[in-house]
Amino acid sequence: MSLGSIFDIAGSGMTAQSLRLNTTASNIANAETASSSTGETYRARKPVFAAIQQSMLNPSQQGLAFASDEGPGAGVRVEGIVESDAELQMRYEPDHPAANEDGYVFYPNVNVVEEMADMMSSSRSFQMNVDIMNSAKSMMQRILTLGQQ
Amino acid sequence: MAISLDSALGIHQPALEARIKRAEVLANNLANADTPGYKARDIDFSAMMQKAKQELSGLGMEKTHDQHMDTSSMAPDSELLYRVPHQPSVDGNTVDTQQEQSRFMRNAMEYQASFQFLNGKISGLKKAISGQ
Repeated sequence: MSLGSIFDIAGSGMTAQSLRLNTTASNIANAETASSSTGETYRARKPVFAAIQQSMLNPSQQGLAFASDEGPGAGVRVEGIVESDAELQMRYEPDHPAANEDGYVFYPNVNVVEEMADMMSSSRSFQMNVDIMNSAKSMMQRILTLGQQ
Repeated sequence: MAISLDSALGIHQPALEARIKRAEVLANNLANADTPGYKARDIDFSAMMQKAKQELSGLGMEKTHDQHMDTSSMAPDSELLYRVPHQPSVDGNTVDTQQEQSRFMRNAMEYQASFQFLNGKISGLKKAISGQ
């Protein structure tokens, strides 16, 4: 029976989506964090997702031909978090305490509208994984009642 | 007639197993709904049932020598195919969330149907054993 692995798969999806939600929260929280140089300025962070193949979990099968592409896969993982290389916003604010000698401050390259859309998408995906887990749970519970009157 | 439990339960047991496997594949599609480059997969249910029927009827190939290839395990996932996307996204992901979710729900319903049949078979056997 492989119903148990649905829990792992949906769980990995929930972990990945909550991490995405975390980066979104961090980006929105730091959307107005100004600094005086480009190096210190906060940059928008984005998680990179990758599928987990079953052969990764089963090192004994790795030597086999075609093993990497077989099997239904085993969920999703976060491969890393990358910083956006979009241009920083330079604003002329000579009264700002962090302004440089020319009177400019640098604001992060966070696009708040984009982040909000990302937030909705990740919370929907999270809900979807919860639904999947609930369905798997009720399927498993029915298995336990097999043969009972 | 000798009662073999395996044949008494018929096609419903492999059907239930196939439903579980399909649920796993669809859950994996949904978990990877936001993974760039991920290709959605699905199980060819009729091919899987065909295989189960063949094994049930004893028409499958049998190993009579150590060096024979094991045909049943050689292609364990030959029914596992890639979906043809209606609307592929820019990042190469072919998961259509709504469709996958409706398929998952439908699969869960059909699982319940298979389960009901299997339960019926078992209660029939129980009646036969207790002789009422």
